[in-house]
Amino acid sequence: MFSRIFNLIIASVILSSFTVTAHAETPKEPMWPILKEIHFEGKAIREDANDLLVIEAPKRAEDAAIVPISVKSLVPQTADKYITNIHIIIDNNPEPYSANFHLSPDLGLIDISTRMRVDQYTFVRAIAEMNDGSLHMVSRFVKASGGCSAPAGKDAAAALARLGKMQIRMRKPTVGEPVQAQVIVSHPNYNGLQFDQQSRLYIDAHYIKSINISYNDKTLIEADTGISVSEDPSIRFTFTPESSGVLKADVKDSKDQSFSLQKNI
Amino acid sequence: MKLTAPTTLTLLFMFFVTTSVYGSADEQNYSMQEVVNGIFYHQGVHQDPNEKNIGAIANVGFIIGKDCVAVIDSGGSYAEGLLLRQAITQQTEVPICYVINTHVHPDHTFGNAAFKDDKPEYIGHEKLPAAMQSRQDYFGRVFKETLGAAFTGTEFISPSRTVKINEPITIDLGERLITLTAYTTSHTDHDLTVFDQQSKTLWTGDLLFIDRIPVIDGSILGWITLTTQFQTMDLSAVIPGHGPATDNWQQAFLNQLRYLSILRDEIRVIIAELGTIEEASETVGLQEQEQWELYDNYHRRNVTASFVELEWE
Repeated sequence: MFSRIFNLIIASVILSSFTVTAHAETPKEPMWPILKEIHFEGKAIREDANDLLVIEAPKRAEDAAIVPISVKSLVPQTADKYITNIHIIIDNNPEPYSANFHLSPDLGLIDISTRMRVDQYTFVRAIAEMNDGSLHMVSRFVKASGGCSAPAGKDAAAALARLGKMQIRMRKPTVGEPVQAQVIVSHPNYNGLQFDQQSRLYIDAHYIKSINISYNDKTLIEADTGISVSEDPSIRFTFTPESSGVLKADVKDSKDQSFSLQKNI
Repeated sequence: MKLTAPTTLTLLFMFFVTTSVYGSADEQNYSMQEVVNGIFYHQGVHQDPNEKNIGAIANVGFIIGKDCVAVIDSGGSYAEGLLLRQAITQQTEVPICYVINTHVHPDHTFGNAAFKDDKPEYIGHEKLPAAMQSRQDYFGRVFKETLGAAFTGTEFISPSRTVKINEPITIDLGERLITLTAYTTSHTDHDLTVFDQQSKTLWTGDLLFIDRIPVIDGSILGWITLTTQFQTMDLSAVIPGHGPATDNWQQAFLNQLRYLSILRDEIRVIIAELGTIEEASETVGLQEQEQWELYDNYHRRNVTASFVELEWE
């Protein structure tokens, strides 16, 4: 997906020719028609797919750096008909294409939450891609936070000090019953807009690129992630362990550092 | 009502002087109060910043020595900075040598450019320059809209001199020594206080909120620790970042400690039960709603910020 960044840059250039202040203030021009072209190449997208998906996001981004967003499916995954991907797009963020969750048909009902940075008033969209290739979208409008909240982290030194530390948090599961689990990895997720006082230079973007969550070596969720994701990325999800086994999370960042953690169930 | 019972200084202590300056930006009175001889502050309103209040929502002011004036926080817009500067020139002809920023937030730094002609030394925490750099694009974009005309002229001016954590510096304003102390992460990761040795008056910046809900933009645990430490200090008066100056500062620190401790304790329980930020936002600290101005605007944000910090305990 992030190979599409190049396309996005081109689009930004085109876009900026008619919306000069695209990122200077709350954009007046809707970004979605352009984003749709870039990321879905003219394919039809069924809008307001509320019979398939539910997206939850706060009406107002209380803290611009940490906006909880969750997506649930209303139709269970089956081998014949299932959601292969959920794409998250935050229209007015510096990098709108925010995450791509590749989903296993074994997941049952999809219930995924994560935390994003939200820079300004924006639509947040979840687009489900089915195994037949069809696309279905739900969206929510999120107001910007007021006051002194900024998408930058609160304590860069602390975030860096525990870089790569991970947690898998869950209740004691019962085989055959759905259980909720959370994978968190400590990472500053620098978006390339932060400044290093020592070197007097902007810190290169340094963010988590992928989080692969597997059970007994079978991938449940693989998330491609970018700079819209909050510091200390978190994915909360539901799955059903069909036997005892090992839940594992493998994480890679943009500097090719890898982190992983597993938990026996 | 607020728990901070005496929200104003006692009469003995206080000595309202005032100067009414008519704001060119919004025609409002820009009043200064003299806390103790030579220490003046303007009390910000308990509102979110907007064009009408010109961002004048924080306490800003100055200390007059024999040779130098030190400005402590410069205002929430260039427009407020101009009003503050005008208020200083009405009190004294002593030159403005220092502009001290207690932290990066717009209501404390956006007036910096109004003092450029005085060629002051701008002073802040060693981490203030980084904090300013990483936020200025965002603040500039957002506050240009929020403040409208009051924003015009606002510049991000980084400190030319910084104070290291745990290495306080003392500045002589001329027969008046002030001590600047930089702290580890608390309200932000770059909080600075100013202590007037002669009168034992402490400017806390946003390390203390009175009446207005505290906002966590650093570390709830760090702030709890620091709030506890402040209670043991030997002080005559405190000028908080928001709310009235007071000689009943111990109660004010206690109120803040109560709010932060409730947040910490209730969020810990929710995290232990694998609850979510959304659940915490809906249930934590509801008993504090009546205690603070602007609770509805910032409480959920505090819960969110604290939650992601406490996940890593």
